[in-house]
Amino acid sequence: MIKIDNISKWYGQFRVLTDCSTQITKGEVVVVCGPSGSGKSTLIKCVNGLEPFQQGDIIVNNISIGDPKTNLPQLRAHVGMVFQHFELFPHMTITQNLTIGQVKVLGRSNNEAHQRALQLLDRVGLNSQADKFPGQLSGGQQQRVAIARALAMDPICMLFDEPTSALDPEMINEVLDVMVGLANEGMTMMVVSHEMGFARKVADRVIFMDNGSIVEDAGTEEFFGTPRSERAQLFLSKILSH
Amino acid sequence: MNYHWNWGIFLQQVQSGDETYLDWLISGLGWTVSVALAAWVIALVLGSLIGTLRTVPNRWLVLLATTHVELFRNVPLLVQLLLWFFVVPEFLPRDLSLWVKQDMPAKEFVTAVICLGLFTSARVAEQVRAGIQSLSRGQKMAGLAIGFTLPQTYRYVILPMAFRIIIPPLTSEFMNIIKNSSVAFAIGVLELTFQARQMQEDSEQGIETYLAVTLLYFIVAFAANRGMALIERRTRVPGYIGGAK
Amino acid sequence: MSFFTQFDFSVIAPSLPFLWEGLKFTAKLTLIAMSGGIFLGTLLALARLSSITPLAMAATWYVNLMRSIPLLMVILWFFLVIPIFTGKPMGAETSAIITFTAFEAAYFSEIMRAGIQSVPRGQVFAGQAIGMTYWQTMSYVVLPQAFRNMLPILLTQTIILFQDTSLVYAIGAKDLLKAAEIAGKNYGRPLEMYVFVALVYFVVCFALSNLVKHLQSRTAIVR
Repeated sequence: MIKIDNISKWYGQFRVLTDCSTQITKGEVVVVCGPSGSGKSTLIKCVNGLEPFQQGDIIVNNISIGDPKTNLPQLRAHVGMVFQHFELFPHMTITQNLTIGQVKVLGRSNNEAHQRALQLLDRVGLNSQADKFPGQLSGGQQQRVAIARALAMDPICMLFDEPTSALDPEMINEVLDVMVGLANEGMTMMVVSHEMGFARKVADRVIFMDNGSIVEDAGTEEFFGTPRSERAQLFLSKILSH
Repeated sequence: MNYHWNWGIFLQQVQSGDETYLDWLISGLGWTVSVALAAWVIALVLGSLIGTLRTVPNRWLVLLATTHVELFRNVPLLVQLLLWFFVVPEFLPRDLSLWVKQDMPAKEFVTAVICLGLFTSARVAEQVRAGIQSLSRGQKMAGLAIGFTLPQTYRYVILPMAFRIIIPPLTSEFMNIIKNSSVAFAIGVLELTFQARQMQEDSEQGIETYLAVTLLYFIVAFAANRGMALIERRTRVPGYIGGAK
Repeated sequence: MSFFTQFDFSVIAPSLPFLWEGLKFTAKLTLIAMSGGIFLGTLLALARLSSITPLAMAATWYVNLMRSIPLLMVILWFFLVIPIFTGKPMGAETSAIITFTAFEAAYFSEIMRAGIQSVPRGQVFAGQAIGMTYWQTMSYVVLPQAFRNMLPILLTQTIILFQDTSLVYAIGAKDLLKAAEIAGKNYGRPLEMYVFVALVYFVVCFALSNLVKHLQSRTAIVR
């Protein structure tokens, strides 16, 4: 489904990603963790071409992201993405946030898009908020809407870029619950997150990044049992200690 | 202070015809509003385009837009007006040049509108650019991530918010364009300032004349301000506070 | 048809001394209106922010009035009214200097007001805590910081002022534009003169606005 092949990226002279390679097969859930500045957010944004890269290639659903001939908008329409700061469109109601992509990108009728939107709002438990604006919702509610917006495009896989790190602690679980539900349904997911509980529960593999490189790429049990690298051990001890 | 007041002057006939001075001022007001509104349309359309181009990921388009802004921002309006009126027609092809100089209808009005529109477009462009850049980068990414092309992202995501954010500075630009339209007197547009000078010379009641004209400018500016405030209220996004992020 | 075959720029060189006189007046007007405007504008800003209500209201009225009528009308007003009050005729140049100082004071006062408000209130308390009077606190603590914070905007306003001085054309004061027009008439080549002064204005304003950008990027690093 997603094949990351020797990706390197520079900001001017500064190298932010170094020879990153991994694969995510259909139905797999992969959690990417690592200290801040390790390049994990940059890597996930490379997957749907939001960040350009200078070396290597990423293949999503047999389509090359690095190929300048690739129709990126068409590809992104089928790759859902959820952002750290939700990034709902503040001037549209919740329903409009869910329908705009369906209508303008997928070409669905207003009616069909509306039906699908209500169905998804129901699923994330936000039916009653359909006509409100994003600014009137709590952070947790906004992030659930953002997940629904991505799902409305019927994606073949989902990318999550630190979906809970901008949330107040009491709102984290309502978002994780939705993500666990998705994972259990067999959605292919790449999740940048520090939520180790979530990783333990649903991840098939955990990737640990540091300094722009993939340091550890292991099955979940193996990762939490005996991480091979010292840096991953140090990282785990820091975030699991409290 | 030795001044002979005459508040009845506005209803008296002008020296050279059967109009009253009030007629002059009202027709001047009409021209002022017409010049300002027509130029505002140009400024808004062109300024939005140029301001947007300054933010796109293409060096040549950015350079083109920057050149436009620097060119129209760094030469005084009055000098630009004289250039448009006297110099630009010389650059046109021969036939067109002759037509512009001799037969073009409402030549002064059209020149003033084009000049004021382009001058203000540079300032509107700067506001539009600032509005776009005040939005978080994530908004653009979110638009692209659901499969919008870059133009679609601007159309549905970035510009609707950017314009809401810049309504207050656009309000000042709108009021500026009304005030700046007074410069059109220099090429003979019969707008309010032109009429004020003419009435002052013709009637020799300068203070009454200028007071009345100042009051008229005041009313127009106030109306423009209220109009923009109405637009601002209508487009307000519930739950959204402040500009950035 | 080409610009250079039809246009005769050889008339520029002999009229340079004459244009220089015009430019000197433009510069003089700009500098006096800038320094006078900033000085009066600061006083107006302090008045608007003062707790003496009538003073604050009067200042607010003055600023709002000046800002809502075209500069051109203000120029005509002063040219007309000052002689009526003083009872003797006044030259266009003197009238222009008075007008621009009074007019720009309104605009500079808005900038200085924002600048004063950008200084944290704790700074005022700190000044008072070491025993400073109102004027001491203002002149040693608040205003220097306000001035530094607003320097780029004050300069931007000065560039606008520099461009606006061309409007003294309306009362016949001999600034750069008027000088160019007179020289153009003398040589029978007005168009070349318009193009040339446009170029002069552009070069000066473009250079100044780049200076402002440079200043802004430098203060952005420091703060």
